[in-house]
Amino acid sequence: MPRTFPSGGAPSAEAFFAQIRHRFLAGIQQPQLRGAAFLAMALGAGLLPLMAGSARAALQSAPTDGADNMLMLFGAALVLLMTPGLAFFYGGFTRSKNVLNTMMMSFFLMGLIGVLWVVIGYSLAFDAGFSSPFIGGLGAMFLNGVGGPLGDAPLAPGFPISATSFALFQGMFAIITPALISGALVERISFKAWFWFCLLWSLLVYSPMAKMVWGGGFLGAAEGMMGAIDFAGGTVVHIASGVAALVAAAIIGSRTTWPANKRPPHNVPFILLGAGLLWFGWFGFNGASMFAAKTAGLPFLTTTTSASAGLLTWCLIEWFKDGKPTAVGAATGAVAGLVGITPAAGFVYMGPSIAIGALTATACLIAVRIKAAIQFDDSLDTFMVHGVGGTIGALLTGIFAAKTLVPADYFPAAAKVLEEGGNAGLFLTQLKAVLFTYGFVGLATAVILWVLGLVMPLRVSSEDEERGLDYVAHGEEAYDPMTN
Amino acid sequence: MKMITAMVRSSRVDAIKNALVAIEVVGMTVSDARGFGRQKGQVERYRGTEFRVDFLPKSKLVVVVQDAKEDAAITAILEAARTGEIGDGKIFVTPVERAIRIRTGDSGEIAI
Repeated sequence: MPRTFPSGGAPSAEAFFAQIRHRFLAGIQQPQLRGAAFLAMALGAGLLPLMAGSARAALQSAPTDGADNMLMLFGAALVLLMTPGLAFFYGGFTRSKNVLNTMMMSFFLMGLIGVLWVVIGYSLAFDAGFSSPFIGGLGAMFLNGVGGPLGDAPLAPGFPISATSFALFQGMFAIITPALISGALVERISFKAWFWFCLLWSLLVYSPMAKMVWGGGFLGAAEGMMGAIDFAGGTVVHIASGVAALVAAAIIGSRTTWPANKRPPHNVPFILLGAGLLWFGWFGFNGASMFAAKTAGLPFLTTTTSASAGLLTWCLIEWFKDGKPTAVGAATGAVAGLVGITPAAGFVYMGPSIAIGALTATACLIAVRIKAAIQFDDSLDTFMVHGVGGTIGALLTGIFAAKTLVPADYFPAAAKVLEEGGNAGLFLTQLKAVLFTYGFVGLATAVILWVLGLVMPLRVSSEDEERGLDYVAHGEEAYDPMTN
Repeated sequence: MKMITAMVRSSRVDAIKNALVAIEVVGMTVSDARGFGRQKGQVERYRGTEFRVDFLPKSKLVVVVQDAKEDAAITAILEAARTGEIGDGKIFVTPVERAIRIRTGDSGEIAI
């Protein structure tokens, strides 16, 4: 919805301020007073560029919507916070000698992927250069041309959000997705191997997945494509990271201490802190994925409701089966509920959001127990929570998606599937998209690790594992025993 | 002089200290310890996986007393530390050859 502004307002505003400054300083003859006045003006100077800036914005007749842009920027900040949140969530589970390494595997990616995304990741996901339904292009490297000369151009003609706020928001997703994988590999993977794995995986798996689902690609809901819907990353983020975690844990192998000398989590409060930050950040992850401030209330609601249902379900099952509801269970149940609602957040109403939270948490709890029973060392249950939870969420999205929330002008292919086959048809489409994701991500992850394994050891020596990765990889200790 | 080492429940440490101060045994050292005796460990459960925690948190209290106060100190600790349940702890007594106060260099019973 383009807006018009009175023309010529801006330059006259700038000139007006310049005039005032001149007259004001010229009018003061006393040198001391002049100094004081200058100081006062310097303090006020923070305001001037702001005013000049807003005047310039007015000149642009910007067609984007301020509130919608604000939602994207606020959402991006929320999603960024999820990565340190995840670092705490994972860090609490490990031994105290590995907590820094575990947290760095997430935190470091705010550096690595933060740069990589701007340099080339975004382009591979959202540029149209290669005209391929599987991968973007190279035209938007360094975000070249994204958002126009002032960064305020809309993402697409008629779209109310700016391309820059979209690129930023998507970048936060690119950061946290490989970070999720780390949960399966903690306490044994070499940090160098992790660095190269994340770099390659982000370019070869994440960017193509984002293209295929959100960039008008093969799996997505654009005209002529498969027609699967993924509101905020059930396939792109959760199934992708979960499957990669499963494959990577199988290739890299168990910790030497697993399962004979396993240890309980070293800091359960960290786990709760991390889960709380994840929940908070998930408002941005799902809520801002609506791209429209006025309608964001629904995904905000479904997100938190599903998390509540997941937490409650997990704790009730534990209470009933084991006699006690646990803090770790509450944290895990909430995260499972959040994972489950991710692909569905803007496509379902309240009843389904409670069902999705409860069903996802139940499935994840069963998966976690099966994992423990077969003694597979996906150390922090990345596949069991994100892979299984993402899968259940994606399939339930097919079952529960409401027709009114999948409008044909935004999701033509999906609306067509719903129209012709109803929710059963959409369920089958979702299943196809899930199976494709398993195959593509599983294979690509295995190839990346196989190639990396030829060049460098993927895991640390058993002596280093025994010593603890905080010191071995970073030369630091989280807790100095002699801090006094 | 005797060194009394008591492995006790952490929740009883304040009561033990008060009992010892009451019989004018002033000065003792407490540290966090982990151990097990007949009490054995406990089972903890995280995400449905059971962990046997054999070493339970306890407090280790060390106090050096004049020979004349040995029995009184032991009685004080016994009464303050006892709950009657398994896991109340143990007391060990060992002879001390010398005691020196670092600040003054005083040596012998006067130094404790």
